[in-house]
Amino acid sequence: MEQHELIPHLFRTEYRKIVSVLCKRFGFDQVEIAEDITSETFLTAAQTWPMRGLPQNPAAWLYNVAKNKAKNYLQREGIFKSKITTEITAQTDASVFLENEIDLSLQNINDSQLQMMFAICHPSISAKAQIGLSLRILCGFGIEEIADAFLAGKETINKRLFRAKEKLREAKIKIEFPGSFEIDDRLAPVLRTIYLLFNEGYYSESQNKTVREELCLEAIRLCTMLVENKRTNKPQVNALLSLMYFQASRLEARVNKNGELILYEEQDINLWNVEFITKGGYFLHCSATGEKMSKYHLEAAIAYWNTQKSDTKEKWENILQLYNKLLQLEYSPIAALNRTYALSKANGKQEAIREAEKLDLANNHFYFTLLGELCTDIDNLKAKQHFEKALSLAKTPADKQTIQKKIDNL
Amino acid sequence: MEEFVLIMRHQDGSKIASPEQMQIWMKQTMDWIGGIAAQNKFVAGTGLLFDDAKVVRHNGVVTNGPFGEIKETIGGYIIVKAESIDEAVEFAKGAPVLQGEGNTIEVRKIAKGDGAH
Repeated sequence: MEQHELIPHLFRTEYRKIVSVLCKRFGFDQVEIAEDITSETFLTAAQTWPMRGLPQNPAAWLYNVAKNKAKNYLQREGIFKSKITTEITAQTDASVFLENEIDLSLQNINDSQLQMMFAICHPSISAKAQIGLSLRILCGFGIEEIADAFLAGKETINKRLFRAKEKLREAKIKIEFPGSFEIDDRLAPVLRTIYLLFNEGYYSESQNKTVREELCLEAIRLCTMLVENKRTNKPQVNALLSLMYFQASRLEARVNKNGELILYEEQDINLWNVEFITKGGYFLHCSATGEKMSKYHLEAAIAYWNTQKSDTKEKWENILQLYNKLLQLEYSPIAALNRTYALSKANGKQEAIREAEKLDLANNHFYFTLLGELCTDIDNLKAKQHFEKALSLAKTPADKQTIQKKIDNL
Repeated sequence: MEEFVLIMRHQDGSKIASPEQMQIWMKQTMDWIGGIAAQNKFVAGTGLLFDDAKVVRHNGVVTNGPFGEIKETIGGYIIVKAESIDEAVEFAKGAPVLQGEGNTIEVRKIAKGDGAH
C-alpha cells in the first residue's frame, strides 16, 4: 500500500481501537479527550512519516505514540489534581496513573471495542445518534462523511453527536459488557448499527470503490468481533455476519471500472467472491441454533438464494416465502417491493401486478421501476409510462441511467 | 387506523385433503398474508392446531374438541390494520380458506384498551 493510502487505511482500522482503549481507561465522561489524543496521534504520523519514512510496524508505532500522549495527559492531569485538591492523598498522584499502564494488548483492544459498541448503542440515545457516534468513534468517520451519510448539514451532525455524548455522560454509561440477561436487548441496536454501516458502503453513491468496500469490510470486522467473543456469539449475530458475507460476495461484480452499478442479471459470476460465499454459508449454519428466527436469519437465507444465479422455480418460491415471513416480522418498503418481484417470478406477472397496485409507494422510484418491469412484454406502452415516472422521481445519475436503459430496451 | 381480527372458521384440512393439497393451501395462505404484510397492514396472526383441542365449560367440565358444527371450528386468525371495516372485509375476501364452501371469516374490530369498551 502506498503511503498516502496507508494513513487513511490505518485510520479506519486503528482509530477505534485506540479510542476505545483510552476511553475505557479514562472513563466515558472523557471520551472527547480520548478522541483528541487519538486524532493527534494520527496527525503526528502524517507529519513525521513522509519525512522519516515509514516505521517497521505502523500500527505498533501508532499505539506507542498514543500511549505516550495518554501518559503525558494523565501525568498533567494527576499533577494538576494533586496540586489543587488538598484532600487527595499522595497515592492518587501521577505515579499511580503511570503505573496503571495503557493496556494495548490484543485482548484489551478487542474487549474495549466491544464494550464501546455497547456504550455507544445505549438505549438512552436515539438510533440516529447511535449510528452517528458509531461512525465517528468506531469507524473513524469525519463529520463531513457522517453528514453525507445522513444527508444532513455538518452543523446538525456536530450538535447531534455533542448531545448524544452529553446524554451518555448523564446516564453515567460505563464501558463494560451488559449482563447476560439483557444481552439480546442490548445487541439489537448494535446489530442494527453494524448492518446500517454495511449498507452505507453497499448502496453508497460514492464513486470511490475502495471506500465503499472498506465500509462493508468494517461492518464485517465489527460483527466478526462479536462472533469471536463468547458473550456475544449469538444466533442472530451469526445470521447478520452470514448475510453480510453473502452480500459482499458481489462487491467486485456489481460495479464496473467507471464506478457504475452493474445489475444483478448482468453480473459476471466469475467475479463473485467464492470465499465470501463459503463464509456466508458457514455462519448461516452457525446461526441455526436457538428458538428465535430473527430478521437477519430471514435476510441471510434470502441472500443465500441470491448467490444461486440460476433462475429456478425453487429459488423464487423460497425467496417469496422468506419475504412473506420477513414482512410479517418487520415491514419495509424495499422488502415489499422485493417480495412483489419474487411473487412475479414464482406466481406470474399478472398476480404480481395486481399486488403491486395495492402498495402505497407512489413517491418511490423503485416502485415505478418494478411496475415497469412487471408490465414489460405484457403492455409495453404502460411499461414505458411507469419507467418514465420512475425516471422523473429518481435522484442519482446511477439510478437514472439504469432506468433509461430499461426504456431503451423496451 | 383501526385493528381488526379476521377469524377463520373451517374444517380440519388434514381430514379432507392430501398432504400435497395441504401444502398448496399453506402456500396460498402464506402468499395472502405476505400480501397484507407488504402493504404494512399485518399486525399478528397464527394458525390454531386441531389436534388435542379441549373445551372448558361451566363448573370445570372439560370436553374434547371438535366442537359441534365442524365447519364452525376456528382454524386460525390474523389481525390487520385497516381504515374501515370495509377495507378489512376486502382483506378477508382474498383469503384462500374461502375457496372451501361453508368456510367463513368473521371480521371484528378490536377494542382499544381505552376503557370505552
